[in-house]
Amino acid sequence: MILDYEPAPESTAIVNLRDSYGLYINGEMVDAISSETIKTVNPATGEPLAEISMAGPEDVDAAVTAARAAYENVWRDMPGRDRAKYLYRIARLLAERSREFAVLETMDGGKPIRESRDVDLPIAAAHFFYYAGWADKLDYAFGGVSPKPIGVAGQIIPWNFPMLMAAWKLAPALATGNTVVLKPAETTPLTALLLTEIFDEAGLPPGVVNIVTGAGATGSAIVNHPGVDKIAFTGSTAVGKLIQSQIAGSSKRLTLELGGKAANIVFADAALDQAVEGIVNGIFFNQGHVCCAGSRLLVQEPVAEEVISRLKRRLETLRVGDPMDKNTDLGAINSAEQLAKINELVQAGLDEGATIYQPACELPETGWFHKPTLFSDVSQSNRIVQEEIFGPVLSILTFRTAEEAVDKANNTPYGLSAGVWTEKGSRILWMAQKLRAGVVWDNTFNRFDPASPFGGFNESGFGREGGRAGLLPYVELESVANGAGR
Amino acid sequence: MNAKRTKSTTRERLTVNKTYKLFIGGGFPRSESGRIFAVPGADGTPIANACLASRKDLRAAVEAARKAQSGWAGRTPYNRGQILYRIAEVSESRSSELVGELVASGMTKAAAETEVGLSIDRWVWYAGWCDKYLQVLGGANPVSGPYFNFSLVEPTGVVGVVAPDESPLLALVSRMAPALVPGNTVVALASETAPLVAITLAEILATSDVPGGVVNLLTGNRDELVPWMADHADVNSIDVSGADDDLVAEAQRRASATVKRVVRPSPEERQWASTTAESPFVIESFTETKTVWHPIGR
Amino acid sequence: MKVTVATTPVDAVGLEQRAAAFATRSIKKGSKLAALDLSIRCIDLTTLEGVDTKGKVQSLAAKAIRPMPGNPDVPSVAAVCVFPQMVPYAAEALAGTGIEVASVAGAFPAGLGPLEVRLDEIKWAVAQGATEIDIVLSRSLFMAGRFAEAGEEIAAAKQACGPAHLKVILETGELGSYDAVRLASDLAMANGADFIKTSTGKIGTNATMPVALCMAEAIREHVNRGGSPVGLKLAGGIRTAKQAWHYLVLVGETLGETWLDPALFRFGASSLLNDVLMQRAKLETGRYQRAEDFSEA
Repeated sequence: MILDYEPAPESTAIVNLRDSYGLYINGEMVDAISSETIKTVNPATGEPLAEISMAGPEDVDAAVTAARAAYENVWRDMPGRDRAKYLYRIARLLAERSREFAVLETMDGGKPIRESRDVDLPIAAAHFFYYAGWADKLDYAFGGVSPKPIGVAGQIIPWNFPMLMAAWKLAPALATGNTVVLKPAETTPLTALLLTEIFDEAGLPPGVVNIVTGAGATGSAIVNHPGVDKIAFTGSTAVGKLIQSQIAGSSKRLTLELGGKAANIVFADAALDQAVEGIVNGIFFNQGHVCCAGSRLLVQEPVAEEVISRLKRRLETLRVGDPMDKNTDLGAINSAEQLAKINELVQAGLDEGATIYQPACELPETGWFHKPTLFSDVSQSNRIVQEEIFGPVLSILTFRTAEEAVDKANNTPYGLSAGVWTEKGSRILWMAQKLRAGVVWDNTFNRFDPASPFGGFNESGFGREGGRAGLLPYVELESVANGAGR
Repeated sequence: MNAKRTKSTTRERLTVNKTYKLFIGGGFPRSESGRIFAVPGADGTPIANACLASRKDLRAAVEAARKAQSGWAGRTPYNRGQILYRIAEVSESRSSELVGELVASGMTKAAAETEVGLSIDRWVWYAGWCDKYLQVLGGANPVSGPYFNFSLVEPTGVVGVVAPDESPLLALVSRMAPALVPGNTVVALASETAPLVAITLAEILATSDVPGGVVNLLTGNRDELVPWMADHADVNSIDVSGADDDLVAEAQRRASATVKRVVRPSPEERQWASTTAESPFVIESFTETKTVWHPIGR
Repeated sequence: MKVTVATTPVDAVGLEQRAAAFATRSIKKGSKLAALDLSIRCIDLTTLEGVDTKGKVQSLAAKAIRPMPGNPDVPSVAAVCVFPQMVPYAAEALAGTGIEVASVAGAFPAGLGPLEVRLDEIKWAVAQGATEIDIVLSRSLFMAGRFAEAGEEIAAAKQACGPAHLKVILETGELGSYDAVRLASDLAMANGADFIKTSTGKIGTNATMPVALCMAEAIREHVNRGGSPVGLKLAGGIRTAKQAWHYLVLVGETLGETWLDPALFRFGASSLLNDVLMQRAKLETGRYQRAEDFSEA
């Protein structure tokens, strides 16, 4: 083959890993009181990267105490202009060390280096830059109603976009004057821990951000701590519901960003080649580990065969392999557990009679990988159409009219995102009006920007991140009641 | 700093004195007229010469600003914000030079430091508006009918800024920055009595990733140049902060021939050192609102 | 004969994003030499200047045959492309080498002469030894929406070519949208084009990655609908080996290996050749090269 793509590995030399990490409390790395640890592993190789503490209730308490002190003594009353300057410094330093963070993100989480380098890190830095600019402009953000910060925010983030989720959570919270206790996912803590070096370089006052690592129990300790005023959680719907019930009766504020089963809807008059790119991006970007993934393709019957055939042809050019290779399109599945879940659902699809298609490609021998997968001949009630797979698996259904597409798209307890592909402008806007989804992508997919609010309807959660709406979850508005979703 | 002749007998190092030129299209040309004027220092004696810009220099500046405008407006808001923030970064690193220029013009060191600090902070403040002003000034409109209707706020085009003599750095930045935010390009006329700090600012702009032509700075005589600016059909808007009442009236009269927008800051906006001098509505005064309708239907 | 083509919408943003992605592929070092040699073998070495003379064409032909004097491993290019009056000199210089003699014809570059005269020009060039003919699509007819007439001109040109193969230049820089590029591609292929080509090289905007992708997709769909394989020629603005690599990736991933061959893919270029030779020399010696060491065409 004339055009053999060379493994073009990004060097990992730029990263300086420690053997073990403690917790970041009050501006310093400290040993956890709890002695429990786990190893975080490179999912592409199975090789352990570092030892991580599992923070216990006393550790969480120390973090919350530090956050409270920083809030009351330093951050709450600091002029917005000064908070802005700290956040701008963080944005600029993150951009400066972007390559290092991208490499570490790929090592720890398994996503292709091209994605962490070209998507995750630039948008994370942009998020800090965007919200830095709101810190001293809050009086203009709420129609003349004065905002105040809430207090200490407990933030729990997932493993699919570790650095990006850290930015999405920290930036608006800090800009509005809150302090934070953040828990990264137990399989991907390293970029959050590296971020603490940036806080130090930026001179961020101690205690404004505290990072405690751990798993479900640590998260629970944060959620239930009486000193935490506001919880922000991104993760599975099941855990989101648990958190919502755990804080019932308290005055804690809550925002949730949960799962999804988005419909990617292609009309017969769509620009088909670009729609195919959108379908591919929609479900294979980040191996499908995306809450807003376009995991259901709804294609209008007249072009169904054509679209599926182009899709299959396009899948032949996707490269699954070493995430550190710049030529890789699909990287590793984040963990053995996640791979098992995906396999279980794929099997369910086969058992329920769906037709599977996977391109011929060799998977690496080590690590956890899955081929990009298409399922056709599925029906609305199939598990692979109803349940979130969170992997590179697309279920394909057809429809005849726009109304039918809307009904099928909305027939889910989720409501995070949707895609619409048509060249007809009025139909785009009609669909956008009818779809029960917090984000509607027209003739595009998986577009994120700090200025653009993101979040779901129904069981995909409530509250928004990004844009002016992203400030709401982190402020008290004088004489305005705090409803759900803020 | 430009020194007077040293009458020293000791072997001091002789200085290489700076020539202050105009800033047009990203470069530093002398005035095409060849004219200069002496800039007085704190005690009234001349400290340096500045170019006395002519109407042809103004014409060249407007051409450069027009040429650069669609490119500047076409950058992402985030990119414009990063560039304005970069201006702040570079200003910060050259703050002692800016302070020096202000002191040489007659300010006390303390006042100069305050003015420079406020100018830097004003760049930072406006940098943060680039990707936000649309969320405050524009938006979807709830019309009665099956239409998606939204209002965008767009840059007016080429903005002329007439800077006042007081606060020769801060006032200039306070009017220039909000014009740049939405994507306007600027032709600015510096303070007549203290023009040198504006040229140092120009040097900062030239090294801060600001594309050539986005900001053009002229030094010269207001009474001579403002009428030409107000007449110029290719200047969309003129900010008359530095013009006295007679000159403002003259500018307004001439502007009417091309329905040019004349922007006159309020007394609160003229409190340069206060937060009343900065507002997203100053940005708004350099914009045009465009409203778009689109049907919603199957 | 009236041939109608359907319009196919192309989303500009999506197309441009996909095109940009090809530039992120890295080619195996071992494949780089093969890719460079393939690039050379796909070049139509071109001179289309008012000052062209017999001497110029002979010099170009010599370069075409042996791009690197003293290195017989370097392959010859695909073709030499000249104005009709220069065809006899090219034909003589290239006789027996296997390198094609391509001629522009048909009131190149605007294409606005009388049709009969344009067709005669094609026949004349073929009679003088041209084995390939590059004509322009009439943008005058196309932009006025007179698609059927524009198509008929192409069909007539194909007839006039006789045994020579026909390339149709779409002048994509003038068409205004990717939708129009797609329509022009389909129109040309439906009316007998053997190759579709981006540009004359005589206006400001020439070949770009998104335009190449749009045309490659048009070819792919034409073949899927039962049409015979049509070649893709990218002309104008391709000056570096790096650009050439990116285009090869684009063609390979969109059309497949079969198209990575001078029978179905060409670069219309002049300065590209020396940059490719410089990269070739760098691969062999490990040193960055300088332009003076490579002969002018």
